[in-house]
Amino acid sequence: MAPGASIAAAISVRATRREISESAPVRIALTAVALLFLALFLALPLAAVFTYAVGQGLGAYWAAITEPEALAAIRLTLLVAAISVPLNTAFGVAAAWAIAKFEFRGKSTLVTLIDLPFAVSPVVSGLIFVLLFGAQGLLGPWLQAHDVKIIFAVPGIVIATCFVTFPFVARELIPLMEEQGIEEEEAALSLGASGWQTFRRVTLPNVRYGILFGVVLLNARAMGEFGAVSVVSGHVRGLTNTMPLHVEILYNEYQGAAAFAVASLLALLAIATLAAKSFLEWRMGRRAGAR
Amino acid sequence: MNAAARRRTILPGFGLTLGVTITYLSLLVLIPLAALFFKTATLSWAEFVSAVTGPRALASYRLSFGAAFAAAGVNALFGLIVAWVLVRYEFPGRRLVDAMVDLPFALPTAVAGITLTAIFAKNGWLGRWLEPHGIAVAYTPLGVTVALVFIGLPFVVRTLQPVLQDLEREIEEAAATLGASRFQTFRRVLLPALRPALVTGFALAFARGVGEYGSVVFISGNMPMKTEIAPLLIVTKLEQWDYAGATAIAVVLLLVSFGLLLAINALQRWSRVESAA
Repeated sequence: MAPGASIAAAISVRATRREISESAPVRIALTAVALLFLALFLALPLAAVFTYAVGQGLGAYWAAITEPEALAAIRLTLLVAAISVPLNTAFGVAAAWAIAKFEFRGKSTLVTLIDLPFAVSPVVSGLIFVLLFGAQGLLGPWLQAHDVKIIFAVPGIVIATCFVTFPFVARELIPLMEEQGIEEEEAALSLGASGWQTFRRVTLPNVRYGILFGVVLLNARAMGEFGAVSVVSGHVRGLTNTMPLHVEILYNEYQGAAAFAVASLLALLAIATLAAKSFLEWRMGRRAGAR
Repeated sequence: MNAAARRRTILPGFGLTLGVTITYLSLLVLIPLAALFFKTATLSWAEFVSAVTGPRALASYRLSFGAAFAAAGVNALFGLIVAWVLVRYEFPGRRLVDAMVDLPFALPTAVAGITLTAIFAKNGWLGRWLEPHGIAVAYTPLGVTVALVFIGLPFVVRTLQPVLQDLEREIEEAAATLGASRFQTFRRVLLPALRPALVTGFALAFARGVGEYGSVVFISGNMPMKTEIAPLLIVTKLEQWDYAGATAIAVVLLLVSFGLLLAINALQRWSRVESAA
């Protein structure tokens, strides 16, 4: 048997109606091009993170991720996620309830406005808060008079992260809740359930995987945000450095292996995110990518 | 469902949830964005024009828009092939590959940035093969494009996949029955049906690329006039305490983003109409 034939057999066409698909050589060539492209742009960088991370041995790796400044960065990243994730999740659920379950004027404008933070460059997202809360900002003099520090401090990092992760849960839930309609809720209400009971017992079970899906993406962005956070953080080591900022500092100080060691933790987070996303897509009976 | 929702519903909580939504949206997004325009208004028109049309600013737009356009083009071509292969063919590991496509969404941009730089640097995994052939990637505009290809990759694939999935195979069969070759069927039947999604994916990748910062700053080398992207110029001006200059360039970027967002919304409506037809 020719070697090409076994590859052709491996890359079979999903449709049973073979006659309208491409010929085997075309199929193999297209698959090869696609896989090579993905290997070059996805697999290679992922492999490189872990390879460079352990480049100076496991001892150096362990030291890099357990030194006090790295631990402070990990703590801050967890803190930022612990605030922005619940806040934006609660907002997303509220927004989806109002938008998906009711008709009102200006609805499509509201949906567009909710999407805004995704369209704004991360740097601009950080800048607007500097202009608002910074020393030369609109509220700067008032904040200084009351001794409140937002920019170059933790509150600024939290606010900027909330901004860039704002739409995740809402945009996941709105189409899902629109699909579900309002009949089930109305049935529960007419049977005497309170509004809150209806939400908890009827709506929530129907959309819980959708919420989780949004939370997974929201969390990944909250922990990994770089541009917006970098503008408002001021890079105070041990105080206002999140993990991505710590990676940047190490890298710029030519501590490549240490930078990649911390980066590898973020890469693990990315892999966990993808795994959770695939699992939830499977639970929701939805094919990957149907957003 | 629409008819059911339009009649008066007995569902509670509309005022509360809409109130929370609009309050939170205003406090976190709308008012801060307005601050940007408020700050710009303190500049005179002449100052604004000179800030946004200075030679360094113009060079940074050229790089940001040019590299984002090139990267979106690369992604449109390869994204179409990847989406086609993932939807139409069956091969070992397909589901894993499919899940991997979202990596650029999940991997923090700074991690992508330092990794791509290390790979394409002179002694890196790929750089050591490319540099002897005179192809410098790291610290050149080409490097910026490579980073933006990485960042934009999922947009085209994920926009095309559902459309490809819903395509009716009968149309292809009809074309084949009528004597069209496979390539003719692709060009005359499939490509027109995929075009709205392809353009939408391209626009999404382009929009993301124009504003991208984290993955680019490491590989670009950040030489003014040569490899300085527009978002970096904003950061540089901020670090020099030139708030007005930074704000002016940010307004330009923001207006471009708004324009693209509206264009993408229109494209998605077109996409839905086309696929419904």
